[in-house]
Amino acid sequence: MLRYLTAHQLAAYPLLRDSMFRDRAAQFRDRLKWEVHVDANGFERDEYDAMNPLYVIWELPDGTHGGSMRFLPTSGRTMVHDHFADLLDGTEIRSPEIWECTRFCIAKGAGSHVAAALMLAGGELMRAFSLTHLLGVFDARMVRIYNMIGAAPAVLGSMGEGRDRISVGLWQFRARDRAIVLRRAGVTSDMSQYWFKRSFGHAITRRCVA
Amino acid sequence: MKRLKLDQFLSKLGEADALEQIQGLIEALRDSLSIDHVVYHWVSADGEQYGFGTYDPVWVQHYVDQEYLRTDPVVLGCFQRFHPVDWKRLDWSSRAARAFQKDAIAHGVGNQGFSVPIRGPNGQFALFTVSHTAEDESWAAFTQARQRDLILIAHFLNQKALELEKGRTPQPIHALSPREVDALTFLGMGYSRGQVAELLSISEHTLRAYIESARFKLGALNTTHAVARALSEGLIIIGGAARAASGTWPGRDPKPSVAAN
Repeated sequence: MLRYLTAHQLAAYPLLRDSMFRDRAAQFRDRLKWEVHVDANGFERDEYDAMNPLYVIWELPDGTHGGSMRFLPTSGRTMVHDHFADLLDGTEIRSPEIWECTRFCIAKGAGSHVAAALMLAGGELMRAFSLTHLLGVFDARMVRIYNMIGAAPAVLGSMGEGRDRISVGLWQFRARDRAIVLRRAGVTSDMSQYWFKRSFGHAITRRCVA
Repeated sequence: MKRLKLDQFLSKLGEADALEQIQGLIEALRDSLSIDHVVYHWVSADGEQYGFGTYDPVWVQHYVDQEYLRTDPVVLGCFQRFHPVDWKRLDWSSRAARAFQKDAIAHGVGNQGFSVPIRGPNGQFALFTVSHTAEDESWAAFTQARQRDLILIAHFLNQKALELEKGRTPQPIHALSPREVDALTFLGMGYSRGQVAELLSISEHTLRAYIESARFKLGALNTTHAVARALSEGLIIIGGAARAASGTWPGRDPKPSVAAN
């Protein structure tokens, strides 16, 4: 199931939190060989985790982490601008209607439906908070997964080659993608709405069309 | 609030160069929204406060005197998140929070509130609040219908606050990046979005993100407004020949392409 949690709320889910930071170490340090910091507990945490981000986490039946991603608003400090400005050709994308999405992580052995569920959650956030785009950082493997799910981002820039390739891209919310992503995630629309409501206390509202 | 009114509010806000003007605009905004209060509140890391709005000055002074900043669940809650939040969703469980709420209602703040957290440059934190006395249902309907407008107003007010309070840091984000300059220049020259995307070798939806970003930096409600402001501030230059060319100047587009998502 999906949980939408602020950094503050994460404290109430220690098992989920700890397994997420360990899975991030496994993905970003061990598999992708990114130069990330892993602490004595084996947690991959960075300064953006200390900036009150919003996490979307797929929780497995045993209460551990199956996949996750992290959001920050582009009106404030973001990882994309601090570290990947070169990939954007000098463009600083800043808008209250665009959030950045980083540390897209899938636990080892988690099925492809988990990636789809996370994509679904991204779309639900866009609908709920009137976002026009998500700005993301992702590795080569994720590009294939996004394509497979049917929600491919527009890549703005990349660096590195082959599996070391890191890209910055944009997702736009398209209603027709939601049906595809729901199917790939194996989740019903009602379930997704319920998970959202449980976290935020209100339904995913219709986007306000002028 | 009709789009036109929001348009007027934002264009007047863009022109404002003194705090008193903003105060007047905020009051007009409150009236057009038909609610009790509209408030902007900037809290520095050192706990210093700055803001404007329609709360009773007695309440504002009382808030400072009582050091309610330490207790106020709205400020704490908004610091922890960045999506808009209904006050009912915040943690009012402590005795201090409940006493604060009682005091706030007694000072006419209202029993309902909705706040938009604002994260600005260099870790800046502010919040924009609308509050009212209403039943849960009508309040939910109001906030759902107005959410997007409120988010935009919040951030534009913040940009203006950053601009007016030059002594404070950080400075507002204003500089357009090269891609944004290109996009607005071509749009200003009358090219369609499809043509501009092609000229820049990007997809239309990527172009839209550049336009959204430029629009925010310029404090503009729509693309036309963004182009006009970029022109007037000399951020983009459009030659005479282009100005004379016929084509789809964005302002002639009958549907506001950015506003209607």
